[in-house]
Amino acid sequence: MDQFLQQLVNGLTIGSLYALIAVGYTVVYGIVQLINFAHGEIFMIGAFGALSTYLILFQGQTSLWVLPFLVLGAMAASVGVAVLTERVAYRPLRGAGRLAPLITAIGISVFLQEFVRLFYDKVPGLDFPSAKQKIPFPQIEVVTGPAIELGPVTIQRAAVFTIGCLIMCGAALWWFINRTRTGRGMQAVSQDPDTAKLMGINVDRVIVVAFAVGAALAAIAGVAQGLLNTNINFKMGFIAGLKAFTAAVLGGIGNVWGAILGGLVLGVLETLAVQFLPGGSPWKDVWAFALLILVLVFRPQGLLGAKVVDRA
Amino acid sequence: MHKRSVISAGALLLATSMTLTACGTRGGDSGGGSEGGGDSGDKVAKIGVIAPLSGDLSALGKGIENSVDLAIKQANEEGGIEGWTLEIAPEDDQANPDVGKNAASKLAGDKDVVGVVGTLNSSVAGTVAPVLDTAKIVQVSPANTGVSLTKGEDAENPSRPYANYFRTCTTDAVQGPFAARYLYEEAGIKKVATIHDKKAYGQGLVESFTEEFEKLGGEIVAAETINPDDDKYDAVVTSVKAKKPDAVYYGGEYPQAGPLSQQMKAQGLKVPLMGGDGIFSPEFIKLAGKTSNGDLATSIGAPTEKLESAQAFVDAYEGGGYSDDYEAYGAQSYDAANAIIEALKVSLKDAETAEDARQATIDAMADVTFDGATGKVAFDEFGDTTTRVLTAYEVKDGEWTDVNTEEFK
Repeated sequence: MDQFLQQLVNGLTIGSLYALIAVGYTVVYGIVQLINFAHGEIFMIGAFGALSTYLILFQGQTSLWVLPFLVLGAMAASVGVAVLTERVAYRPLRGAGRLAPLITAIGISVFLQEFVRLFYDKVPGLDFPSAKQKIPFPQIEVVTGPAIELGPVTIQRAAVFTIGCLIMCGAALWWFINRTRTGRGMQAVSQDPDTAKLMGINVDRVIVVAFAVGAALAAIAGVAQGLLNTNINFKMGFIAGLKAFTAAVLGGIGNVWGAILGGLVLGVLETLAVQFLPGGSPWKDVWAFALLILVLVFRPQGLLGAKVVDRA
Repeated sequence: MHKRSVISAGALLLATSMTLTACGTRGGDSGGGSEGGGDSGDKVAKIGVIAPLSGDLSALGKGIENSVDLAIKQANEEGGIEGWTLEIAPEDDQANPDVGKNAASKLAGDKDVVGVVGTLNSSVAGTVAPVLDTAKIVQVSPANTGVSLTKGEDAENPSRPYANYFRTCTTDAVQGPFAARYLYEEAGIKKVATIHDKKAYGQGLVESFTEEFEKLGGEIVAAETINPDDDKYDAVVTSVKAKKPDAVYYGGEYPQAGPLSQQMKAQGLKVPLMGGDGIFSPEFIKLAGKTSNGDLATSIGAPTEKLESAQAFVDAYEGGGYSDDYEAYGAQSYDAANAIIEALKVSLKDAETAEDARQATIDAMADVTFDGATGKVAFDEFGDTTTRVLTAYEVKDGEWTDVNTEEFK
């Protein structure tokens, strides 16, 4: 039982990361029916944005007040890159069918990864470490440090931070989608872009907002992962993006709450599989993707149901 | 309709994942060659280097490249080989077998290449050695510890798969058991959990460790694996912690071992992590953080800094103006390059072109024997080194400190 609770905590932690990233896949898909494969890299850029902010402004600081600035730096980097890619790569391809933007997304993903790998240490005027190896991530007081012992269960402080971020972001997202004008505009565009346009909604703006919201959550996930793992690297977005995409499909792509649920389910299943399913650790991805296949076969719309109106 | 697009998107994603892990060589020509060398001849013979010059393991790879560069520069300055100038031809393998194979093909196609130092990873050597063997280019690895590269798949009936392949390091067949003996006899640890990364190196290490440890009377309480692409090993750590081991033996390299050690200690599994030469790097301590004190590693040879024979190498390296440390394999790489140079002294003497000397270099290699930085350098009939000295290291106050050096028998 102790083991079960411990693994549950581990699973919820990693699941929260998946969920934060998965929201970005699902929001963009809900609006423009594009699987933005570069989203994993947006998450990676967020982590590097936080690291850069730290190296430029707060080198050597470990106090808690630094953390909000790191998150802001991460968000600025992620949102900036996401909006830029939308502008230069996806917008010109709007109305060009589905395959062209999809392939472009894969191209952007490779581009961003290699760009960080090759040029991070060559930023003029700044002394950044080479991104060709794992880079230690700043350790901030309070959110890192000795783990919390809760009876038999060990909870790392960064894990509390990660799960807390997911709860806060979930609440903010709910408020944004249901209570603000832009959020309701997003719902309208996801239901019927043409009619939404006729009703006076600026569709281009809504699309940019969708990319920005997804990127902001991915940036928070990037900081959380840095704190959890104590290091970051240029390819961290690849596996994380793959898993988050799986989570989004699992929950029902296009459905924000589905993405969050899908992320948590995937994370918990993966960790529990290590201990309680036959095969142990070598088989954990087998069970995770077997679940995905089962869901796609028996419930193709995902756990909570896809919320997309089909335009094709 | 959108259901199908999601599935086809998934298929595309898988395709991407394959391209991402198998894409071609990225520019690896970082070494500037041996311009500084003396002008000892007009004909050029090149010694290639195949090592990870970028990526997680680049710290080790750069150490290999620089050490070979140093050996070549020295050979040229000392007059080297009559009528010939030696040059270095470094290629990046990104620690990836496919990329390594491309690098080997590129070097094999270069008529001036007469020998190759590398690779770092046994798995990469598996694709590099056959290519170089076909081209009759001698290959000397400073770091491959996979047993099958010299003894073939069947360890009971060894047969040498590649006549061109030699190495200056000992193998997992020795390193795993050495670690097992250290833990059982010196440290008095009887219950160990093993974890490996499913790569040829890690798995081989864990297998040979397990065999020896159980033979000694120890107990393996858990045998787990991790996915080297993951960053978070909490699930495995929790699972291992439940079995209450007194140490964890990890087969793999420092990019995963460092975070694994950190996460073990953070989860309350406060026992030493022990690994092979793949984790014996200052990078491991950087990644594992303060809690890595007490972690252990074995490495081939005696500690480079403490060897009298290596003193000249260390001094020359430090005077060479290299920006990277020589790392775990510097001295072995230096010896590997010098072994090739010794063989070239025989084979290039009467050769018209570098390409003509390729087979003769392989033949000459069997008789090479000299006192290198790591001790006596010579090869047995399989191409393995005849010196089987190993050292156990422990992290003390954030630094690797040697605790036991022995000749393995």
